[in-house]
Amino acid sequence: MTQLDDRIEPHSPLPEGVSAQVETTHDVRVTTPAKICGVGHAMKRKEDPRFIQGKGRYIDDIKLPGMLYMDIVRSPYAHAKIKKIDASEALAMDGVVAVITGEDLKAAGDLHWMPTLMSDTQMVLPIEKVVYYAQEICVVVATERYIAADAIEKVVVDYEPLEVVIDPHLAMEDKVIVRDDKEKKTNHIWHWEAGDKEATDKVFAEAAHVVEQSMHIPRIHVVSIETCGMVANYNKATEHMQMYMTSQAPHAHRTIFAMVSGLPEHKIQIISPDIGGGFGGKVPIYPGYVCCVVASLTLGKPVKWIEDRSENLQADSFARDYHIEAEMAADHDGKITGLRVKTLADCGAADAAANPSKFPAGMYSICTGSYDMKAAHIAVDGVYTNKPPGGVAYRCSFRVTEAVHMVERLTDIMAHKLGEDPADFRLKNFIRPDQFPYKSPTGWDYDSGNYQAALEKAMELIDYPSLRKEQAEKRKRGELMGIGISSFTEVVGAGPSRDFDILGLKMFDSAEIRIHPTGKAMARFGTKSQGQGHETTYAQIIAEELGLPAEDIQIEEGDTDTAPYGLGTYASRSTPTAGAAGVMAARKIKAKAKKIAAHLLEVGEDDLEWNVDKFQVKGSPDQAKTIQEIAFAAYTNHPPGMQAGLEATDYYDPPNLTFPFGSYICVVDIDSGTGEVHVRRFVAVDDCGNIINPLIVEGQIQGGLTQGLAPALFEEIVYDENGQNLTGTLADYLVPTAVETPKWELGRTITPSPHHPLGAKGVGESATVGAPPAIVNAVVDAMWHLGVRHVEIPMTPQRIWALLREHGVAD
Amino acid sequence: MSRHTVNVTVNGEVVSEEVEARMLLVHFIREVLDLTGTHIGCDTSNCGACTVLLNGRAVKSCTIFAAQVDGGTIETIEALAVDGKLHPLQEGFWEKHGLQCGYCTPGMIMSAKHLLDKNPNPTEEEIRWGISGNLCRCTGYNKIVEAIQYAAEKIEQGDSAEEVSA
Ligand code: FES
Ligand code: FES
Repeated sequence: MTQLDDRIEPHSPLPEGVSAQVETTHDVRVTTPAKICGVGHAMKRKEDPRFIQGKGRYIDDIKLPGMLYMDIVRSPYAHAKIKKIDASEALAMDGVVAVITGEDLKAAGDLHWMPTLMSDTQMVLPIEKVVYYAQEICVVVATERYIAADAIEKVVVDYEPLEVVIDPHLAMEDKVIVRDDKEKKTNHIWHWEAGDKEATDKVFAEAAHVVEQSMHIPRIHVVSIETCGMVANYNKATEHMQMYMTSQAPHAHRTIFAMVSGLPEHKIQIISPDIGGGFGGKVPIYPGYVCCVVASLTLGKPVKWIEDRSENLQADSFARDYHIEAEMAADHDGKITGLRVKTLADCGAADAAANPSKFPAGMYSICTGSYDMKAAHIAVDGVYTNKPPGGVAYRCSFRVTEAVHMVERLTDIMAHKLGEDPADFRLKNFIRPDQFPYKSPTGWDYDSGNYQAALEKAMELIDYPSLRKEQAEKRKRGELMGIGISSFTEVVGAGPSRDFDILGLKMFDSAEIRIHPTGKAMARFGTKSQGQGHETTYAQIIAEELGLPAEDIQIEEGDTDTAPYGLGTYASRSTPTAGAAGVMAARKIKAKAKKIAAHLLEVGEDDLEWNVDKFQVKGSPDQAKTIQEIAFAAYTNHPPGMQAGLEATDYYDPPNLTFPFGSYICVVDIDSGTGEVHVRRFVAVDDCGNIINPLIVEGQIQGGLTQGLAPALFEEIVYDENGQNLTGTLADYLVPTAVETPKWELGRTITPSPHHPLGAKGVGESATVGAPPAIVNAVVDAMWHLGVRHVEIPMTPQRIWALLREHGVAD
Repeated sequence: MSRHTVNVTVNGEVVSEEVEARMLLVHFIREVLDLTGTHIGCDTSNCGACTVLLNGRAVKSCTIFAAQVDGGTIETIEALAVDGKLHPLQEGFWEKHGLQCGYCTPGMIMSAKHLLDKNPNPTEEEIRWGISGNLCRCTGYNKIVEAIQYAAEKIEQGDSAEEVSA
């Protein structure tokens, strides 16, 4: 028997014939004709017809017979004892079916606490005290949405307010203890270090120049336009729990639900329907989901929970909140030699960040960025405060945004301080192309890069020299114009199982391909698109490998009953992991297809060669079998001794992470009367390795740029001293519209990943990561001559105006 | 809570339903009429995901009571493609990659329709202002602007359709 389905054999990490040395090019490689639409084609998205016709199926579109609605009573205090919850009036209302409190969850098997993805604990519903504003207190289930909303108003909760700690520096003093459920009465959660302290101290002791800067990367919110929600549907007779859930990681969520609730995992089905944006906010499990599941379990009926926007902005999906103190050292020649960083990570009331287990501060230690330096040392402390749990990897591979912001700011400050042009300074300090694969001082193995090429391309596209000229002229006239650069390096595609897991689940991903007898195909993946266009890019990947038209390949994700197990979509990991699994599964199919073709053509396998969509006999291409003919034969005329069918599955454990990079240049004009920052131009040159669909890649970059503009200029979640969220609606939290968003100018270089089977690296987050420091650097550049050295984000008109006034410019 | 009968023409069909006085138009459209293409993205009238045309004007259907549209005419995203032919706006969004998650898309397209109905040849600036009541978190708007420009040109050429192939 020929057994090609090698589900149990791992594949070798580096595809054959691949060396670590790669060339940088500019043009997207296309090898298939348009009718096949393999890799490199700007194919229109396969998922779009349903969305443009209003036929998407999002969580709130799910309607099941007899469905009940859940709404949540939330705390008006950030820290308070709960003395009493009186739900009698609510329960007496017509249409109210149940009220579930923390006590009820406790009675149901200690479900009032749950683990976070970082192996901390978080209250589902509190019994003794609340620890953040808008915390879930209890839930009401009713026959109608409006009745549930009325009923939560009727629940009377008696609180005894406690002293609140919002500032993480104060929290470190342990005067107010947020988590007194813990044995150790301290707000300090963890201390984490990376790099070599001794070597770094030595480099600083010997440095000719040292710059230092403290900065705050404030708490922000993902604001996917769809909020979170669930429809839990428990069937008491079959003991089957079906959950429709806004989930970026349905399989991992199923396992966590099984472990926490005790429901057997084969009786749980999670269906993640069309998702209206995720950006990391739909990775954690929030209390609302758990309550919804418990409500359905208890009542034996379908229960729907949909967050309001204000609830979403007040209770979950928060990111960032790093207080950074960083120093950079350089030698006499202006060569960067070291980086020393201390950071306070404000986690809120639980360490619920979605980081891989070994990395409490995520990939923050990528912070040496694109620069070759001798040593670096990073120390991070996690601390509890009376804020909702934060730390969502918002369009960012686990803290890369914070890392890039810091190193790009310091690089710029150093360049300015040395009186060097920030572009020249970067070009001088970049890791050179011949240094790849490059081992960073904090231990990362960069796969490939060509930072000079990307920056030079950006400088050419924007005509850097003439901008500097224009700036000099404007400065003479007292006009404030600035040019800012950010040359970021990301680390994405988590990740190799030796280092990466979430709650013990290794971060591989998977693909399963089935070719039907008529030559059409179905492929399922362990990831879950939230707008990234997987139905198109995965189809193109398979089309490339097997020569089937992408149109003929149906892609499915998100249903745990049918899709192979995977860790989901976040941290730009889909293409590096599941995309690679798709390639590997397709190659297994191709190997079997070759045997079938040899049988059909009555030649040896060695006599065959692959040509786009068929196997042909070497030297006589007329003798050929197309993939469609082979597929038919796999079910109708397969070789004796071979199993029928044409299917394969692959679980891909990436040999390394991927390291996309880019150089962004931003031009700003500042109105010295109002303090308003106008982004006049923004050129973004991205290098994400080989490109699968250039249209989708452009879309990802433009969307990411706008999500980088947002925290730079507008967005911040603000708490008052009582821990009240002052930005809890979209009227207060300023998401940019089409009017504030500039016209993005894109360019590209292509430096493939040597270890990814397609040479791709992932692109979903680069722009969100790379854009903010480019904008800040431009703003500081506009005001450096006035004595301004740093501006915190968001750079609101108030903030800029105050700075200008301080430096004697604004009136 | 008082109840009201609403007679309204939705996507060309006359419907008559009794609703609670406080029922929002968006809930009427989504839950009573089962037209789930119109979405909800906020509770402060900021996002525009719920945009529909009421008597030809773009309105945020989360900001109006169903009872208020009695006697009116409503158009939602579901009515835009006619006999399997996409509207030029739908075509433009598909062609120019004007959507990613698709959640804002129906509202965005309805706002754009209102804009093009009033102003068939908008400048880029006018397009940006025309959709400034609609938030999109995914696309960064540039390709939405291109999609609307594509539709404006297509409408001007009088060529309004392409078969829906999927
Ligand atoms: S739902 Fe946001 S404006 Fe209507
Ligand atoms: S496409 Fe996702 S919000 Fe616009």
